[in-house]
Amino acid sequence: MKKYLLLLFLSFLITFNAHSSSDGTIEMSKKSNGEVKDCFESLNRGIFAFNQALDTLIIEPIAKGYRYLPKPVRNGTSNALNNISLVVTIPNNILQGDIKVAGKNSARFILNSTIGILGFFDPATKIGLNDYVKEDWGQTLGTWGFGEGCYIVLPILGPSTLRDASASLVNYVGGNAWYNVTVDEDTHYFSDFDYYASRGLTGVDFRAKNIESFDNLEANSLDFYASVKSLYIQDRRKKIFNSDEIVETLDDSDWEEIDN
Amino acid sequence: MLKIKVKILIVICLFLFNSTVQAKSPSELIVGIVDEASSILSSNSTDDEKISKLNEIADNNVDIKGIGFYTLGKFKKNINSDEQDRYADLFRKYFLKSFSSRLVTYTDPKINVISEKVVNEKYTIVNSVLVATEKRPEVKIDWRVYTKNPDKPLIRDLIVEGLSLARTQKEEFKSVIQNNNNDINALFKTLEDFINK
Repeated sequence: MKKYLLLLFLSFLITFNAHSSSDGTIEMSKKSNGEVKDCFESLNRGIFAFNQALDTLIIEPIAKGYRYLPKPVRNGTSNALNNISLVVTIPNNILQGDIKVAGKNSARFILNSTIGILGFFDPATKIGLNDYVKEDWGQTLGTWGFGEGCYIVLPILGPSTLRDASASLVNYVGGNAWYNVTVDEDTHYFSDFDYYASRGLTGVDFRAKNIESFDNLEANSLDFYASVKSLYIQDRRKKIFNSDEIVETLDDSDWEEIDN
Repeated sequence: MLKIKVKILIVICLFLFNSTVQAKSPSELIVGIVDEASSILSSNSTDDEKISKLNEIADNNVDIKGIGFYTLGKFKKNINSDEQDRYADLFRKYFLKSFSSRLVTYTDPKINVISEKVVNEKYTIVNSVLVATEKRPEVKIDWRVYTKNPDKPLIRDLIVEGLSLARTQKEEFKSVIQNNNNDINALFKTLEDFINK
């Protein structure tokens, strides 16, 4: 019953907030520099302030403590978390039409889960299966041409859009094998704790890698909320394009007005 | 008469040769800046001395005025020339303070220039990486260099891991103005507060 309700909610959000087009890639390119509306700005700013307080009191201190762990332990943790994320990345590679990448990522998953001892080590990269890029359901919808919908800030989880947040619900209706074997107890080898611990560790690992960047950004921002929003949306668009080529994600028209 | 013509020709040739030698490619510009900044940051100078030298580098190599007006976006059209001058002055002070205080915390950043890509006659993207340390992973940094005047290329944007700092700043400024009933004075006040803090 829970799954049906989630699916219903997901279809409602997607239908309500984003429109598919006949040519997703072309539409995405056209929209790539478009503005994402902040329909719930007051609420978002409230949740953002709450998240910042939570970060200051709990997450940042944990992230700083995490940095005291020996580097091999931190690297191993990052590797294992990346390995878990492959169970979401691979189906999304397929849905985005990247069959070759899906094959490469599957080989990576098998190798690192076995020889790499549950992903703690990364032998796949050593044999040339490198350049792993995470994919998720929101990116797949973006690739298919769905617009972002409104910008939202989720409690604890942080910035998102209605498209990305609603797409992430797929994880809870069978779209995430790691969730299925832990919370849904498809096997008896893992428990809820393993799933939530992996989610928490992913956040701490990310935060620990970006302590200085966050501090720097906050100290030099005139409106920290707007900075984070801008960076989140740019990052998502870059990921949907699967490109680091700035010429593809930021066209020159933005600058033309000052040249003329 | 012939001697004078020859002398003029020599002067012209020397001028042309000189300007060709002095013109830097975008990659050379970035390598030069990075080396200079790195030697300043790893020196024993005080923070104030470092900031002053870093600001000098920025003043000479960054199109601060251009970035300022890009950052102001559509609001530039709504302000008069006095306000534009005031904005340009405030933005310069804000930019230099923000730029140097961001950098001064790094003691010895190692940036390697990898490649460059000519986008068009006005822009070249120089690709580089900030080498990983014990605390943080490697960071990709692309420099958007304005090359309309090839003899004086200027930096217009830093793109960190694919995220444009100029664009982020533009959206931040827009948010400040829009949340204050589109009043440009609110941005001036916020900039002044930042400069004076």
